[in-house]
Amino acid sequence: MQHGKYRFIVGFLAVPLALYALFVIWPFIQSIYYSLTDWTGLSPEFGFVGLDNYTRLFQDEIFWKSLQHSLTFAVVLPLVTVGFALFLAFMLNVGGRRRKGAAVTGVRGSSFYKIVYFFPQVLSIVIVALLFQFAYNPNSGAINSFLKAVGLGAIQPDWLGDPDLALICVMVVLVWSTVGFFVVLFSAGMASIPRDFYEAALLDGASRFTTFFRITLPLLWDTVQSGWIYMGILALGAESFAVVQIMTVGPNGGGPDYSTIVMPLYVYQKAFRDGQAAYATTIGVALLLVTLAFAAVVMKLGRRERLEF
Amino acid sequence: MGSTSAHSNEGGLGRRDLIKRSAALGLVSVPAMGFLSACASGGGKTNDKVEKGVKSDKNPLGVNETAELDFVLFDGGFGQQYAKDAIKLYEQAHPQAKVKFTPTQKITTELQPRFNGGTPPDLIDNSGAEQMDMGVLVGQKQLTDLTPLLDAPSVDDPSKKVRDTLRPGIIEMGQFDGEPCWMLNYAYTVYGVWYSQKALDSLDAKYPETWDEMLALCEKAKKKGIAPWTYAGKHPYYIPFSLYPMIGKVGGREVLDAIDNLEPKAWEHPAVKACFEAYYELYKKGYILQGTPGLDHIQSQTAWTEGKALFIPNGSWVENEAAKTMPADFGLAVSAPTGLDSSDKMPFGTLWAAGGEPFIVPAKAKNPEGAMEQLRIMLSEASSKNFTQSVKSLSALNGGTDGIELSPGLKSGVAALEKAGANVVNPRLQDWYVALQKEKIGVAGIGEMMAGRATPAETIKKIQKFADDAAKDPNIKHYKHQ
Repeated sequence: MQHGKYRFIVGFLAVPLALYALFVIWPFIQSIYYSLTDWTGLSPEFGFVGLDNYTRLFQDEIFWKSLQHSLTFAVVLPLVTVGFALFLAFMLNVGGRRRKGAAVTGVRGSSFYKIVYFFPQVLSIVIVALLFQFAYNPNSGAINSFLKAVGLGAIQPDWLGDPDLALICVMVVLVWSTVGFFVVLFSAGMASIPRDFYEAALLDGASRFTTFFRITLPLLWDTVQSGWIYMGILALGAESFAVVQIMTVGPNGGGPDYSTIVMPLYVYQKAFRDGQAAYATTIGVALLLVTLAFAAVVMKLGRRERLEF
Repeated sequence: MGSTSAHSNEGGLGRRDLIKRSAALGLVSVPAMGFLSACASGGGKTNDKVEKGVKSDKNPLGVNETAELDFVLFDGGFGQQYAKDAIKLYEQAHPQAKVKFTPTQKITTELQPRFNGGTPPDLIDNSGAEQMDMGVLVGQKQLTDLTPLLDAPSVDDPSKKVRDTLRPGIIEMGQFDGEPCWMLNYAYTVYGVWYSQKALDSLDAKYPETWDEMLALCEKAKKKGIAPWTYAGKHPYYIPFSLYPMIGKVGGREVLDAIDNLEPKAWEHPAVKACFEAYYELYKKGYILQGTPGLDHIQSQTAWTEGKALFIPNGSWVENEAAKTMPADFGLAVSAPTGLDSSDKMPFGTLWAAGGEPFIVPAKAKNPEGAMEQLRIMLSEASSKNFTQSVKSLSALNGGTDGIELSPGLKSGVAALEKAGANVVNPRLQDWYVALQKEKIGVAGIGEMMAGRATPAETIKKIQKFADDAAKDPNIKHYKHQ
C-alpha cells in the first residue's frame, strides 16, 4: 500500500502550497525588497537605496517607542487576558461544588455567564473602541461620571489624554473585548478533561486552588499555549492598531506625546500619511521579526511533556 | 527621483546594483525583479491623455467636448451638494461631456493606489483627515501646474483673468517652490478665537484686546462658573489657530516666516516665548475647562456650545460642524487673537486667514483641461455664492457675498477680515510639514504644555529640536517663503 504515497501527498499539497507561497511568502519577500528602496507610495517610480531605511530605523526615537509599546502589549496582554480567562473558565466549569448531583460543576448561573462573557466578541473592535472612547471622555464620560456619583469627584483623570494612563486605558479595552473568546476556548478544553480526575482530587480533599494547578492547567496546557500565541499576535497586530488608532488622537493616532504609538500604527502613518511607503515596509519587516521572535519564545518556554489521557 | 539619479551618477548604482545586492541577499532572483517592480508600480507607463478640444471664447481652456471628467471630492464638513451643482453647470456648458463624480471620505485609501498605478482621477478635492501630503505630491512631481487656469478669463467677466478674481493668498498657497501653482484652495477659512456673543454679553464684557484684559475676563468667567477656555485636547494642533497669529502680532510676520522656513532658533524668538507663557498661564490659573486634554474636537466644541466654556481656537468650518449642538441664539462670533500689550509689532485684528479645501489635478490626469474648466466654473460668482450660502463658508473668489444673507459666524468672519485688512498672516507649517505640525509641535509639544505636563521653556526646546530634525531630514521636501 506504500507506493504512490508521496505522489498522493504531493498532489494534495501542491495547490495549497502554491497558494501559500503566492499570498503569504511572496508578499513577505516583496516587503523586504521594498524596504530597500525609496518608494513613496504616491508614484510608481522608485530607486534602490540599500540599507538606508534600516540605518534610519535605528536612529528613529519614535520607532523605538512604538517597539517598546508593542512589546509591552505582547507581554502584558496575553498574561492578563489568558490568566483572567483561565480563572473565569475554571470557575464556570469546575469552580462550583456544593451542589447536588454532579461532583464537578461550575458556579451557579455559569451557562448564563458564558454567554455574557462572549458578548464583546461579537462586537466589532471598532465599535468597542468607539464606545470606550466615549466612556473615557474626561468631561462627561461614564467613568468620570461614575467617580463623581460615588463621591470621588476629586479624582477626574484625563484617561486617554494623560500619557501615563493612555496605554493602560487602551490595554484594558483589549482585555475586555477578547477575554470572552478565551473563556469559551478554555471551557471547551476543560470539558474534554475526564471527570474522574476531578472526582479523585475531590476525594483526596484537594482545594480548588490545588485542583486548578495540579489538574486543570497541566491538562489544558496545549490550549493555553495556542491561546497565548494567538493573543500575542492580536496584541502585536490588527487589534492593537484598531484600538489605538480610533481611541487616541483621532485619525492619526499615537496618544499624547507618542504614549500609545504601536508598530502597526507607525507603519500606517508612514505609508499613508507621510508618503514614505518604503520606510513603512521597513518598520513592517521589524514587526515581522518581533512577531516571529514572540512566537518562538512562547513555543520554547511552553514546551513540556505531553500528558496522555 | 533625486536619490536614484544621484546614485547612478556615482557609477553604476541604481538598477544594476539593485539586482546585484538583492541576489546577494539571496532573497529575490533576477528575473523576479522585473515582475516585482511591475507589481509595485503598476506599470508606470506613459498615460494616454485625451485629445485637446478646440479653444474658443466659450471654451478658453480647450476642453475636449466628448471626454469624460473623473472628479473625486472629499465629502466632509462642506458636503457634496455644492460640487454636484457645479457639475451640472459643466455638463450644461459641454453637453456631450460626462462627469464621473465620486464623493468619499477616504481620500488616501481610495486614491493612493490609483496614483501608484498611474491612473489617478482628473480632479481631486484633497482634504480631510486622510488628506494626501501635499508636500510629497509636489515633491514627487505628481501634480499638474494650474497656471493655464489662472490665466484663463473668468466666467463672469471675460476681460478679467481668473487669477485677478481670487482672494489674497490663494495663489501663493498653491505655489510650493517658485512660479507654478499646484493646488487651488476653494474654501477660504478664517482662523481665530471663537465665542458666543450671548455668553460674552452675559458677562458684561467685550472681546479683550490685551492679555491683561484677557486674564481679567477669564477670572470673571471662572467666578460665574464658566470655564474660560477649552480646545480640542486630543488634537492640540487646533491651538495654533489662535496662537500662531498671536505670535505674528507680537513679534511680526518675520517670526512666523522663520518658523515656516525651519530656521535654526526660530522658536527661541522672545515673541514665541512670551506667547507660550501667556497660554501656559491659562492652564496655571485654572482657566481651562476641566478634562480638556482628553476631549477630541467634537467633544470640546460640544462642551463649548453647551456653554461650559467661553473661548475655543478654531476655524470657520466650526459653524457648519457644530451646527447640530449650537443653540439658535448662540450668537457665534470670531475674533482675531488677543495680543500682549501695546508694544506688539502688529495691531489688534491681525488674523490668520487662508485657503482650505485644496483642489488638485494630478500630473497623470487624462483630462486636465476638463478639470481646470470645472474649477473655473466653480470659481464663478454663481457657484461661489451657492457654496457660501449652503455651507456657511467663504470661497476663494474675492467678494461674491453681496446680496446673500450671511450666517452669524460668517458675518463675523467677514467683519474680522475687513478689520484685518492687510494684516493677514498665513503660517504654512500645516500644509508644508503635516507630521511636524500636527503630531510633533501640536500633540507632543503644545498639547503637553497646555495639559500642564511641560513648561514653556521645555516645550520650546522640544519643538526647536523637532524643527531642526525636520530641517535635516532628507526624506522631507523642504520649502521656503518666497
